[in-house]
Amino acid sequence: MNKPVILIIFLVLVVLHQDFWNWDNASLVFGFMPVGLFYHACYSLVAALFWGLVMKFAWPTELEEWAEGNSNDEEGAE
Amino acid sequence: MTTVIVIAIYLGLLLGLALFSKTLFRGTSKDYFVASHSIGPFMLLMSVFGTTMTAFALVGSTGKAFSSGIGTYGLMASSSGLIHAACFLLIGIKLWAIGKRYGYVTQIQYFRARFESSKFGYLLFPILVLLVVPYLLIGVVGAAKTIEGVTKAKGPNPGVFPEWTANGAIPPWFTGLVICIVVLTYIFAGGSRAAAWANTFQTIVFMVMGVLAFYLISDKLGGVGAAIEQAKDTHKVRTVDGHVGVPPMTFLTYMFIPLSVGMFPHLFQHWLTAKSAKSFKLTVVAHPICIAIVWVPCVLIGIWATGQLPAGTNPAIVLSITVSKLISDPIIVGLVMAGILAAIMSSLDSQFLCLGTMFTNDIVLHNSKKKFTDRQIILMARGFIVLIVLLIYLIALYELSKEKQYIFSLAVWSFSGFAALTPLIIAALYWKRATLTGAYACVISVFVSWITFFAMSGFGGEYLLPGKIVPAAAMWFIGATAMIVGSLLSPPPSEKTLNKFFG
Repeated sequence: MNKPVILIIFLVLVVLHQDFWNWDNASLVFGFMPVGLFYHACYSLVAALFWGLVMKFAWPTELEEWAEGNSNDEEGAE
Repeated sequence: MTTVIVIAIYLGLLLGLALFSKTLFRGTSKDYFVASHSIGPFMLLMSVFGTTMTAFALVGSTGKAFSSGIGTYGLMASSSGLIHAACFLLIGIKLWAIGKRYGYVTQIQYFRARFESSKFGYLLFPILVLLVVPYLLIGVVGAAKTIEGVTKAKGPNPGVFPEWTANGAIPPWFTGLVICIVVLTYIFAGGSRAAAWANTFQTIVFMVMGVLAFYLISDKLGGVGAAIEQAKDTHKVRTVDGHVGVPPMTFLTYMFIPLSVGMFPHLFQHWLTAKSAKSFKLTVVAHPICIAIVWVPCVLIGIWATGQLPAGTNPAIVLSITVSKLISDPIIVGLVMAGILAAIMSSLDSQFLCLGTMFTNDIVLHNSKKKFTDRQIILMARGFIVLIVLLIYLIALYELSKEKQYIFSLAVWSFSGFAALTPLIIAALYWKRATLTGAYACVISVFVSWITFFAMSGFGGEYLLPGKIVPAAAMWFIGATAMIVGSLLSPPPSEKTLNKFFG
């Protein structure tokens, strides 16, 4: 999964967040959950799935190695 | 009275945990500020999630759903699932790596080095402190109003302490004081490590209690189906016409507000406690799910409450009133209240600690010629934390004297300011051409616009720009434009700095 694909999926998720087709829908899912709320609860799960895939296929391995590396630069804590 | 005893036992348990975490404290300032980079994946998730979920998540979301309907979840919860995780991945991990490599414990240390300026830190410090203040306020105010709502007289039933106050409730000033003292005590015990342990415990407590409250309230209303039938139809859709709803442009531009986690100074400190970059994986993936577990029940309770409470009810007490009205067992009420306090205190501790860390490292120790011992450094941090707690407590007393408190909108103002500053951190991390001039332009333009809009809102009320756009979106573009223009009009950073951070 390369960066452009991740960016495209991210932008699609931003669009899907607007769910304008649900705005005036007052029906209930499972008899208790307003559809507009149910959609966004599912959206949270889809977001978790998306980030799980990003973790699996686009993890920044090199960053961890860089962090553990020795630095000759002056330390910035003070 | 039983309810109060349950809450007292919970606070005692929390202090016991703090004493336990003190035994793990290594006595160094690095351990006090960033737990010696030793926190694993689960505790990192719990402490980061607990820190981002405060009175805003439980008390605020219920109150907002009571006044604005189901759109509350989409406004902040589902968008946060996407945006927060993106910030953890793109900003958090990179800052952890930089912090670990160069020994930074605050954001300002990084910005000073990245933009090659000591003075820049003196500009940023008071602005970050100012923006944290509303966030801290909602914690103290939320806790005080929640306990007041539960313990006051209801109908023929007297309050818990009829001889103490007119309505028999525990007075808000007392709850605020107790909360501040408890949080101070466990921060003093073990700093960042104690905060991580306490947050893990408290996050588990408030997630379990939130689900328990949801089950018991729905059961009392005749089940989830019957509960929603009693709610007002105006709150079950998001359209504005004839409903409480949310304007579409407001809903869209609200997506800028969760960006705030990229600039929260207390989250920066939590990120640096991570043992390794891999510790972030669980946080990134599980964060959206944890948000759903907490927010879906709270939003539903807020909607159900529209069928139970008068429309003009103070949003800050909707949750506590609903719980105490519908749940008769005082032990259960006490447990649910403990859950609410857990959510609040798990944020307050990190915020107080980070302010002490920033003051010590960015103001006192920065450029200091005197060599301080670890003991002296920790003492300074604790002293500043006490001052901040005192200040917040006094402002909270003023806020509590008002007729109504708007937890949600006050929190949104704090988040908006931090969100508008994210062009600064994004440019610093990913744009080599970003310069000190751009950074100054960004911070000053965001601060001026934030103060302007905040004043126009009546200092904390709900406020939208023309076109129903939230101020955070406009401020973000103002900050980003200033960052770009200021950087392009000034010489690029030195090769040494570029090699240090991009090499």
